[in-house]
Amino acid sequence: MKEYKIDESKGMEIGLYSLGDLLPDVHTGNTISEQERIKNIVQQAKLAEEAGLDIFSLGESHQPYFTSQAHQVILGYITATTTKIKLTSGVTVLSTADPVRVFEEFSTLDLLSNGRIELIAGRASRTGVYKLMGISLRDYEAIFEEKFELLLQMNRERVVNWEGEYRASLEDAEILPRPLNDKLVIWRGVGGSPASAIKAGYQGVPMTLATLAGPASAFKEAVDAYRIVLDKSGFDSKKKPVATTSLCYIADETSTAMREYFPYMSKGFELVNGRPFSKYHFAEAKNSNNTLMVGNWELIVEKILYQHELYGHQRFLAQVDFGGLPFSKIEKIIDILANKVAPVVRKETKKD
Amino acid sequence: MKILGISGSIKSQKTITAVETVLQAIKNKNKSIETELISLGDFDIAYSDGRDYRDYDGDTNTVISKVMSADAFVIGTPVYQSSIPGVLKNLFDLLPKDAFMDKVVGIVTTAGSDKHFLMVESQLKPILNYMKAIIVPKYVFINEAFFINGKIVSDDIEFRVRQLADDTINITEVVQEMRKKREDEFDF
Repeated sequence: MKEYKIDESKGMEIGLYSLGDLLPDVHTGNTISEQERIKNIVQQAKLAEEAGLDIFSLGESHQPYFTSQAHQVILGYITATTTKIKLTSGVTVLSTADPVRVFEEFSTLDLLSNGRIELIAGRASRTGVYKLMGISLRDYEAIFEEKFELLLQMNRERVVNWEGEYRASLEDAEILPRPLNDKLVIWRGVGGSPASAIKAGYQGVPMTLATLAGPASAFKEAVDAYRIVLDKSGFDSKKKPVATTSLCYIADETSTAMREYFPYMSKGFELVNGRPFSKYHFAEAKNSNNTLMVGNWELIVEKILYQHELYGHQRFLAQVDFGGLPFSKIEKIIDILANKVAPVVRKETKKD
Repeated sequence: MKILGISGSIKSQKTITAVETVLQAIKNKNKSIETELISLGDFDIAYSDGRDYRDYDGDTNTVISKVMSADAFVIGTPVYQSSIPGVLKNLFDLLPKDAFMDKVVGIVTTAGSDKHFLMVESQLKPILNYMKAIIVPKYVFINEAFFINGKIVSDDIEFRVRQLADDTINITEVVQEMRKKREDEFDF
């Protein structure tokens, strides 16, 4: 795991991820300004570091109700306001970007942050960004695979010779600057399905798996498939980390957490995904074998440890700022996650 | 309650007539129910390419929005090569996979021959079940011999259309009641 800067003797890494959504508070109907939201995201990273969390992740989404389209710029700012915490994009939509520029940007971020930056590449679940950037959806899969391969090649080789369909050829090209230790940590973002996990396995890249909500065992198939393909493809699955991501809300009592969070989650889903979140499915969150991280801190610990038994993953990322929650709530959840949940999870999952 | 009638072919006046007849029976039963008929031939609908259903524009977006906002449906389909027409399958392909969750679908089929009576069972119901629809168990099958001058002329079909209309309304009410009951059990 050393190649990916993961130290299993310290136990699982626990961190935050934000997609930069900008949604009205369901109770007041008020939406904070874009500027305030972006500054809050920066503040979240700082709070996460102060509380002792391991990593902060920020993704891009080019749809209405989002504000971190220029996620690498915000991450750049965060490199200066933090000193210890690992930072990552999650995800960087590679299909609609130029991988050379992405490599340049993240190498620069790696230098500025003293080697703290990572990159999770993905395809985006919505297509607004394709239209915005003038990229055809026709080659949705092929574009991503080609650009991702190029990104990995630039990470491996200092001088790149490359030819492809979706970008001009590179001839003896030096992609500069180089990252701090010559290599960036690059992950592949994967939705719940095994098909995409298998691709990560073939490529031998670490996998961040979205496990938003649902029965925990449903995601095991993707994790198993990933590791089987890794080993079959000549990689060592014991050396390739897996991370999971879930929505998270913590309160003193599980019933309070559910009552407080449901209106935010449901309204947020309605605005962002088109339809409210099903009450019935939300109710399943009170079970420790459901991946939706809503409850008291003991339940959250139970869930993470249960999933750790299933997946044997190295990192968990919590989305604590979805749905227009007041910042004071977000602060409180970060505090509980860092000071109650993380210590127990680290202790229980550390390897000798 | 909003019930959307969908005539699932580009050009089949018989299917339009069949769906219209069911919607009229629904109105006769309960005037307060909002009904609307869309014929897929009246819209310029894109082929599904697997993108998120909200990312289509133009007519495609219009049709998808109508489907997503209805509470119940009367889907009319002719029989093409022993199955549903491609345009109707394309409409399903455009939608998210749980588009019909907690929604009721009544079905009316038109066909040139009785040989295709079970087409709905083998072709249409599996799709609707996959998409989590609550299907009105009895559908109406109309042989084209019973259409004369744009009207359905059969006492038997008249009764069955009326039953389909009643069942669609009643089941929708029950489903809505059931959903409410289920949700009231939660304290959030």
